[in-house]
Amino acid sequence: MKGRTIFKGKAEGEALVSAEPISFYGGVDPDTGKIVEKDHPLEGQSIADKILVFPQGKGSTVGSYVMYSLKKNGKAPKAIINRETETIIAVGAIISEIPMIDKIDISQIKTGDKVKVDADNAVVEVEQ
Amino acid sequence: MELTEKEQKMLSGELGNAKKKSMAILLALGKIFGAKNMIPVKSVQVAGVSYSNLGEAGLEYLSELAKDGKVEVLTTLNPAGMDTENWQALGIDSDFADKQNRVIEAFSKMGIQTTCTCTPYLIGNKPEQGDHLAWSESSAVTYANSVLGAYTNREGGPSALAAALTGVTPNYGLHLDENRKPDIHFKVEAELKTLSDYGALGYFIGNNCKAKIPYLSGNLKPTNDQLKTFSASVVTYGSQSLFHIKDITPEAGKFEIPKEEITITQNEIQNSYKELSDEGTEVDFVSIGCPHASIDELKKVAELLKGKKVKVETWVATARPIKKKADELGYSKIIEDSGAKIACDTCMVVAPLKGRFKTCATTSAKACYYVRGKHGMKTRIGSLEDCINAAVSGGWEQ
Repeated sequence: MKGRTIFKGKAEGEALVSAEPISFYGGVDPDTGKIVEKDHPLEGQSIADKILVFPQGKGSTVGSYVMYSLKKNGKAPKAIINRETETIIAVGAIISEIPMIDKIDISQIKTGDKVKVDADNAVVEVEQ
Repeated sequence: MELTEKEQKMLSGELGNAKKKSMAILLALGKIFGAKNMIPVKSVQVAGVSYSNLGEAGLEYLSELAKDGKVEVLTTLNPAGMDTENWQALGIDSDFADKQNRVIEAFSKMGIQTTCTCTPYLIGNKPEQGDHLAWSESSAVTYANSVLGAYTNREGGPSALAAALTGVTPNYGLHLDENRKPDIHFKVEAELKTLSDYGALGYFIGNNCKAKIPYLSGNLKPTNDQLKTFSASVVTYGSQSLFHIKDITPEAGKFEIPKEEITITQNEIQNSYKELSDEGTEVDFVSIGCPHASIDELKKVAELLKGKKVKVETWVATARPIKKKADELGYSKIIEDSGAKIACDTCMVVAPLKGRFKTCATTSAKACYYVRGKHGMKTRIGSLEDCINAAVSGGWEQ
């Protein structure tokens, strides 16, 4: 699938997919990489080293700093895929240097799929 | 996007790492929002200052930028997590104070004026009609756009900081006249007299305008302080950071009056009050100054507190230069003699208050949202008189 580059880089790994937006500020623990937002579909799961797939971000712009923290703590996702991104996640990917592509039909990816992200060329390959 | 020679230099890293990172952020945002170019800004207001919001991550990021980052334009700062001079009196612990000071130092190193207020327009950063800005802090953004006729998007902390370090912002959204026209007309028939009335109005309009820019008409004669609190409320509960009021705001006459209409009677205002307040009469925290109090508000607080003593923790939040004026005019002494505290550099939204109080009485509709969500408190909203009465009597009169 072809999308739009938000931040360059290449990564491959296991997909973790959410159909709901993710708020990094207040919703993800920067020390463990676990999603802590109450009643979130991915509550309790760790995003560390995953290819994290979700529609877009939500919440405070401080979320960009939480993503930076995750990267510094070694708990950041390997890459991020969004359906249609907004400022928090885009800025977070850039300052943390996490490869990121958006404008992808995320309904085509399931948790557990092997995914290759080539954010230099804005291409996502899914092995199902 | 078309970049100027200087913008390209900044992007390449020739002018340092902070500007390189900042241009990368702005370029990506410009791409996302379809901007054709960057536009220079007159000033910047930076949010993301309280250590309780930034945490170690934010502090690290700012310290990294401060290594070689210097701002290109007048840049002012949002409130921090504490009163930088008087933090002990407000119950802040010294570990937090130490971290918060390091955040402020990082900003200062970059040449930012550490004003620590959400009302920069009251203390020396007052935009003129037509100025392009990159402001964050939603109440200030809404006031600047609507009341002053300046042009700014609702920036986030990192994007505002990037604009400060480069002097530019992507030219999209509210920087373009065609995006500033109103789509929904609120006919206000209710009588509005107090700050909380205007906050309730903002609550109703914010919740009902959805993504549309509101146009208001009716028997509206807001004071500057009422416009300030309305700005804060309408953007907290809605997604637009621009409103127009017939015969009051500078751009209102530029546009066709929208066809879609909603009438606001006293009923809608009263219902808004009901939704903004929780039931009950206990109060253990009274909080005035969201947005930060003007000198006129401090005068009113002093008049109400004169000769009285408060039974409940009471904070009046304001910008430091305004407190200094209040000192000179004798208001501060009256307020502090009552046992109430004047809090500078901070406020009840960004201070680490969770777990300290159960119920907050305030004049501010915006504050209700944040003290409920962030600090887990119950709320009572009312006029300044109602709030000071609660502080003095120790209970809320329904």
